[in-house]
Amino acid sequence: MKRRDFLRLGPAGIVLPSLINGFTLKAFAESPLVSALTQAPTETDHVLVLIQLNGGNDGLNTVIPFDQYDNLANARSNILIPRNKILKLNGGGNAGFHPAMTGLQTLFNEEKLQIIQSVGYPQPNFSHFRATDIWMSASDSNQYINSGWAGRYLAEEYEGFPMGYPNTVMPDPLAIQIGSFVSPAMQGPSVNMGMAITDPVNFYNLINGIQGPAPAGRGGKELTYIRQVAQQTQQYGTVIKNAAAKVTKQFSGYPTGNSLAEQLKIVARLIAGGLKTRIYMVSLGGFDTHAQQVVASATDTGTHALLLKRVSEGIKAFMDDLTYLNAHKRVLGMTFSEFGRRIKSNGSVGTDHGAAAPLFVFGHYAQNEVLGQSPEIPLITSASDNIPMQYDFRSVYASLLKQWFCVPDSILQNVMLKNFQQLQVVKKTAPCLSSNPDLPPNLENKLLLTNYPNPFQSSTTLSYESFGGHTLLQVFNTEGKLIKTLVDAEVSAGTHKITFENEGFAPGIYYARLQNQSLQLTRTMLLGR
Amino acid sequence: MRNNRTTTGIQPQVQTLTDLQLRHLLRRVLFGFTQKEVTFFSGKILSEILDLLLIPSIAPSPPLNTYTTASLSDPNVPLGQTWVNAPYDGATNGARTTSFKSWWIGQMLNQGASIHEKMILFWHNHFATETVDIGDARYVYKHHSLLRKYALGNFKDLVKEVTRDPAMLRYLNGFLNTKTSPDENYARELQELFTLGKGPKVQYTEADVKAAARILTGYVVNATSISSSFDPNRHDTGNKQFSSYYNNKVIVGKTGAAGATETDELIEMLFLQEETAAYLCRKLYRFFVYYEIDQATEVNVIQPLATIFRTSGYEIKPVLKALFSSEHFFDPLNRGGMIKSPVDFVVGLCREFGIIFPSASDAVNQYFMLDYIRIQASNMQQNLGDPPNVSGWPAYYQEPQFHELWINSDTLPRRNQLTDILVTTGYTRNGKKINIDVLAYTENLKNPGNPNLLIQDILDLLYAIEVPSDVRQFLKSILLSGQSTDSYWTDAWNNYKANPNNLVAKNLVLNRLTSFFKYVLNQPEYQLS
Repeated sequence: MKRRDFLRLGPAGIVLPSLINGFTLKAFAESPLVSALTQAPTETDHVLVLIQLNGGNDGLNTVIPFDQYDNLANARSNILIPRNKILKLNGGGNAGFHPAMTGLQTLFNEEKLQIIQSVGYPQPNFSHFRATDIWMSASDSNQYINSGWAGRYLAEEYEGFPMGYPNTVMPDPLAIQIGSFVSPAMQGPSVNMGMAITDPVNFYNLINGIQGPAPAGRGGKELTYIRQVAQQTQQYGTVIKNAAAKVTKQFSGYPTGNSLAEQLKIVARLIAGGLKTRIYMVSLGGFDTHAQQVVASATDTGTHALLLKRVSEGIKAFMDDLTYLNAHKRVLGMTFSEFGRRIKSNGSVGTDHGAAAPLFVFGHYAQNEVLGQSPEIPLITSASDNIPMQYDFRSVYASLLKQWFCVPDSILQNVMLKNFQQLQVVKKTAPCLSSNPDLPPNLENKLLLTNYPNPFQSSTTLSYESFGGHTLLQVFNTEGKLIKTLVDAEVSAGTHKITFENEGFAPGIYYARLQNQSLQLTRTMLLGR
Repeated sequence: MRNNRTTTGIQPQVQTLTDLQLRHLLRRVLFGFTQKEVTFFSGKILSEILDLLLIPSIAPSPPLNTYTTASLSDPNVPLGQTWVNAPYDGATNGARTTSFKSWWIGQMLNQGASIHEKMILFWHNHFATETVDIGDARYVYKHHSLLRKYALGNFKDLVKEVTRDPAMLRYLNGFLNTKTSPDENYARELQELFTLGKGPKVQYTEADVKAAARILTGYVVNATSISSSFDPNRHDTGNKQFSSYYNNKVIVGKTGAAGATETDELIEMLFLQEETAAYLCRKLYRFFVYYEIDQATEVNVIQPLATIFRTSGYEIKPVLKALFSSEHFFDPLNRGGMIKSPVDFVVGLCREFGIIFPSASDAVNQYFMLDYIRIQASNMQQNLGDPPNVSGWPAYYQEPQFHELWINSDTLPRRNQLTDILVTTGYTRNGKKINIDVLAYTENLKNPGNPNLLIQDILDLLYAIEVPSDVRQFLKSILLSGQSTDSYWTDAWNNYKANPNNLVAKNLVLNRLTSFFKYVLNQPEYQLS
């Protein structure tokens, strides 16, 4: 398939939300045009699985920076994971894992996991609702966009949807969500692409054609009748059921009592069952750990440990299952949460709403590395401090779309609404990338960013080195908010200087963030009194 | 289906209604209902509630010419004036018929708290006529006015009037029924559909049909005044002998104007048959309670109602009052067992959400929007004014499925599409829009800030049957974006209320409410009354 073939594709996509055992199923159908294009198997069978961690995951207790451990101990002693229990990663540098995450540790060591440090966005919002909307829509913090990033992607590809879908050429949904609420991520730009599976029965019942319970009496009798019709009218019910039916045996090692694993098990079944569905979305709630995040007497246990265990075991079993079903090369996954949590823990053995946090990209073709530096933890933290953002979450989306779904730059611009930094998230051996130009090698350590004087009072001069091309130099405060963009331009290769003026900012720590091509670097600056 | 059997009968229900019972009553006798109507009736005793509900609405002003355009004009009727008394005009008759239907939908939408409109629909189905067959909208309007006038009056009087109604005389060829060429059409339907019905207890013969037809000879229609009259010259003046079923009754033939009195004698004879009352009570039962009539219901409900009906001299109000006062009507097993007819669905939807239509001063757009709603019902297989034939809509009589016939793989998606459109984009034409304002609806509820109470209030209003707690949890997760902390909704709602003009604050709640209502209205539960 040629990239230019995507250019003619226009708006749409369709969601099929349905309550299935507390899960929602939303499906998007594919277009004849794409089905024609997708004859090329290496292109078509790529699948992206999005795992939403609802509530704001505490990134600092998920990926724990060994090199920041002492400062971390000052900031969050009541929830701190004992140093000797933190899981080490082969080639993971200073990044260690929460002890509950042995599954993800294995995946990292097997080169199937990428950790992207400090993913966020300028001007973070601390409301669950608003932050979720920002992550779903991929808008700027102060911008309101009514469509979702995945919805826009589907809209670019599948023109006219849902008109004429499904059809004999391409009978499958474009995207399926198994989750607890209708995700705005799948919202298309113009039409509401949602199409309800109106039957509130659980997913297994849908697959097996079983009805959920109905109340006694005539109401229950008629309800059952309407549900039957609803099931028949469920456009994708049959293809989903058939795909599920093709997979009679799955990996036996899925954990029990793990709703994320249950959802992922369904996803694996549908992928291996031959659905050409591009995007799956699953979710796990409960990450809003304001209180009792850990058991005070054993901080490696408690709510958060249990949640991370579910994530880790769920993903590990999913990956094992995909290998078992021989579908592992087709699938890439990503975890995300609407925000991380504060550096400093609170008095209730928990953490409050924060900003940037690490996210995981997993899969056979996931770029195996820790991308970015350890988040810098100050010696003394205040309650409102957040770790500075290193990567914009929209860079991750844009990189996935380009490197996994081969979306050309022109379309990417429409989907992401802006041009975002490309990060290497997919191994270069992945089929889709064979013709991609090389991204610059990982040269973080060779980037240069200094400032003088430091500490400073009225102004400080930043020296930075660029490899040429687009260069961004930003200043964030300790809450994670962008307060100044010093450079946002194409610059020549070499060393440049720019002055950061104190415009009446409060004394304290500021972070300068340099972004050049796929590289970035942050530096701590201290504004004195 | 043991759990669907009810043994309750016509004995009076306790006068003090629970909220659940009040809502059940309103749902059945009105097209949808609002919180305002619940509040109005709340605290009143059942007898008083029914007396109020049984008050007919005042006669409305007639339908208007809203159809004159550059290419279509009604020669005798200026735009904005009524056409009901104007001469026939072949070019505009179709537009007049549409105007009548739109107007009728408008009457239903503005029904007030009275059973009147629902009874008019009942009679329209009972004395089913088709506008396409009648062929002149003025007859249609006149016929409709008759049903409207007698809807809560005396059934026997109504039968007498309908027998001489010009529209009915045209529809069932009564005006062609003469002594020299008798036409049995009306004579047959009068017995088979309008009074006695069919069944083992009904033993009239073909000879009885012929005898009745002879009695009914002589009626002619004046197409200028849209009236009927009796022409003795066309009347069969011989004696009419009836079968043993009618006790070998002889109706003596009469000459001159007195010939018309034979019609009244015939109708009196039909009303001496006990089956007439029982037949109509079964039809009322199927329209307002449930379609299955088993032996217990026949004995405990139908026959006692029929006795009341006969005793009152076929007054409609007492029989309705007895039915809606009965333990049987309020039997929990009967709750939610009605599948909404398309007209009930579309009109009820508009009323429940207080959808605002263009005002009377903008009659052209008002009628257009009313017709949009009417067409939706028509697409769902209930074309108001044009039932499939003289038997009415099969859903009201066709064994064994009855109301279930409204729901099939074509009509159910149409219902869902309509609610989707109205909840999301609304329907726009000519710069005017009708839509469901989910914010306004929510604002008018008692506890919009409390997600649990909000969901409870909404489901109480919109669903006739209880939903399990896991469905409630799911619904809440839509409002909470998957979070488990109720206050996140409360905060978002309060923030919107405090800053109603802040787009972000507004969209946070609007987004979630839109998804919420879309889902609620898509569920099979919403199809039930």
